[in-house]
Amino acid sequence: MTQALGSLPDSTSTPSMNLLQHTKALQPQASDWPGVSLATSHDEHAQQRVLILDNTVDPTILKDHLNGVDRIDLHFPKFTDGRAYSQAVMLRRRCGFTGDIRATGDVLVDQIVQMKRTGFTSAVLRDDQNAQHAQKPLTQFVGFYQGDALESPLFARH
Amino acid sequence: MYQYTPFDRQFVHLRAQQFRDQLVRHLSGQLSDEEFRPLRLQNGWYVQRYAPMLRVAVPYGELSSKQLRALATIARKYDKPEPTLFEAAQHTQNQIDAQSLVKHHPNPVRAPSLTQGYAHFTTRQNVQYNWIALSDAADVMDLLASVDMHGIQTSGNCIRNITSDELAGVAPDEIADPRPFGEILRQWSTLHPEFAFLPRKFKIAISGAKEDRAATAWHDVGLFLERNGAGELGFKVLVGGGMGRTPITGVVIREFLPWSQIINYLEAVVRVYNRWGRRDNIYKARIKILVKAERVKFTQEVEEEFTRITVDDGGPHTVPESELERVSRCFVAPALGQPVLVEDSAKLLTLQADPAYQRWLQQNVAQHKNPSLRAVTLSFKRLGQAPGDATPEQLERSADLVERYSSGEARVTHSQNLLLPWVHEESLPALYLEAKALGLAQGNIGLLSDMIACPGGDYCALANARSIPLAAHISERYQDLDELEDLGPIDLHISGCINSCGHHHSGHIGILGVDKDGQEWYQVTLGGSDGSDLSGVPTPGRVVGPSFSVHEVLDVIEAVLAHYVKHRQHKETFIDALKRIGFDSFKEVANHARLAPLVSVA
Repeated sequence: MTQALGSLPDSTSTPSMNLLQHTKALQPQASDWPGVSLATSHDEHAQQRVLILDNTVDPTILKDHLNGVDRIDLHFPKFTDGRAYSQAVMLRRRCGFTGDIRATGDVLVDQIVQMKRTGFTSAVLRDDQNAQHAQKPLTQFVGFYQGDALESPLFARH
Repeated sequence: MYQYTPFDRQFVHLRAQQFRDQLVRHLSGQLSDEEFRPLRLQNGWYVQRYAPMLRVAVPYGELSSKQLRALATIARKYDKPEPTLFEAAQHTQNQIDAQSLVKHHPNPVRAPSLTQGYAHFTTRQNVQYNWIALSDAADVMDLLASVDMHGIQTSGNCIRNITSDELAGVAPDEIADPRPFGEILRQWSTLHPEFAFLPRKFKIAISGAKEDRAATAWHDVGLFLERNGAGELGFKVLVGGGMGRTPITGVVIREFLPWSQIINYLEAVVRVYNRWGRRDNIYKARIKILVKAERVKFTQEVEEEFTRITVDDGGPHTVPESELERVSRCFVAPALGQPVLVEDSAKLLTLQADPAYQRWLQQNVAQHKNPSLRAVTLSFKRLGQAPGDATPEQLERSADLVERYSSGEARVTHSQNLLLPWVHEESLPALYLEAKALGLAQGNIGLLSDMIACPGGDYCALANARSIPLAAHISERYQDLDELEDLGPIDLHISGCINSCGHHHSGHIGILGVDKDGQEWYQVTLGGSDGSDLSGVPTPGRVVGPSFSVHEVLDVIEAVLAHYVKHRQHKETFIDALKRIGFDSFKEVANHARLAPLVSVA
């Protein structure tokens, strides 16, 4: 298992997206916030403090509580449910969270670009997904029009 | 019209390439139907009743003659089903009539045969095809990209192609040209990573004139360009309009928004919708349901989010003056060609005396910002072809006219016609004669036979009933232009199902296809308005009663119109008479036209 931290929103380099095929199950515990649970991830490198958010949670309520959090897992119950994209944007843009944001659940290779652009830095692909298929879309477009968690809008880059 | 930058051009080519990769994976079994579905939808590819359907994006309706020719090529080359598929489809369609309870009617409604090899103009100013094989889909997208076109976000639960006034940039009553803002929003919404999987589709319309010609209030977001007391330009923002099974017009949530804040504000609207819009019930997933249920809270939350975007986030999408100028420059009025004159003076005199020409001048020719120019509508509402359908030849010959008479620019209109926005006033006689030779000069724009109709149960998988046979039946009955002119401006809108692609809710006379025990029936509504000056405050029409058989619909229309003619006051339009006399009186007349229960004898 590789370290999942990608580059941060204010970075000028294009961050990589860490695609994971399998991960160890976490043992989450309830927190003071509804829809938010806590866990510790043990991988070969280190222990990580992980927050796990339901996709109904407004992540900005956690703004002042993200110190020491290494990773936040955002969930896609169905790949067509796009709420976690907004959560990731809020965590990056408004909460200033610089740790790993991980996509879990119904995570398909064809949505990886959206995930990366909204601020995700790692994604646990659904079992049947072929990570090879995600590589091309990640670099296919040379740029996008609107600003996202990584870049400013095209008109501001002129 | 908008001129693509190298970035725009590369972008649509890359998008076509991305779609090809996805299609190849799908066709080789590596991408399931379910997972491919939103990907193809967000490129405009549906799977319909018999074949895929492609919806090509025409941002705010603008097309160049070159693009018209490419659309013709696609129709000719790719809108070609396998003969066995086409025959089987026709056979299935024939069964609808064969099994119809009303087939023994003395004057049966004959359904036109299915057609192939044509393009269809839609109410949202886009272009559709009904028979392109999925295996050709990537080639078609490449062809579109070669003329700066695409199908991006013409479907799917995302921000759809943006529509506007067909007279944008040329209307005398314009406050500001909405197209640069449409383009700025098109760019912002294109492949927006956060808003690619919203609870449901999201449609935006922009109007920049005093009269609303874009059915603006009927959209998820409706934007009216206005000037405030200080003369500054901004938007009145409406949210929560939509048709479907819950027709509602949008409510104003911002009286005046400075234009530079438009993206920041819409980001707030869509983010709040993405969070709170219902995902448990597809029929309650549009933003209109959220706004209806929680209007005050919704508005509050949007305003709060807008403040956070502009203050906390620093307003990353505040549009600088320089960007508006850059985009506006792409919409500079084209160089005008020389007027085309009818040299033969005898011919010209005869023409001037021709009532059909005079009627065309009155109905199909609109005033222009530039007093020496006119905007001319080619009518795609004629006997023998479905409303808004165009053959490759008609598209190519229209492209010729567009080049010679309108500086190479045309517009797809909300009412499914093609408008030429840059025509010299002196060119009108010559243009009329040429349009007439093409069969596109019926002087019926705005009249009853200029009806809006969706493709309906001939092609659409969602339809409960067919629209095209009914439209053909009505066109056949109402051919007499004298009669049509006497009846005056009437919006007749036909939808084959409650999804309302034919905008039946906003028709003065609306017709909705419904399914009762596997049979086609039609619900009739009266008094709907799209928000134009003619139609008044936007509102859904009211249902006159239980649905009618296909034979009765025409009788109902005739009865309602006869009632109008009998009771109208001097020069009073149908919709005004309906409002004055009252819905109930027309409702009664409509229900009188019901046939004796012929159904039981079948």
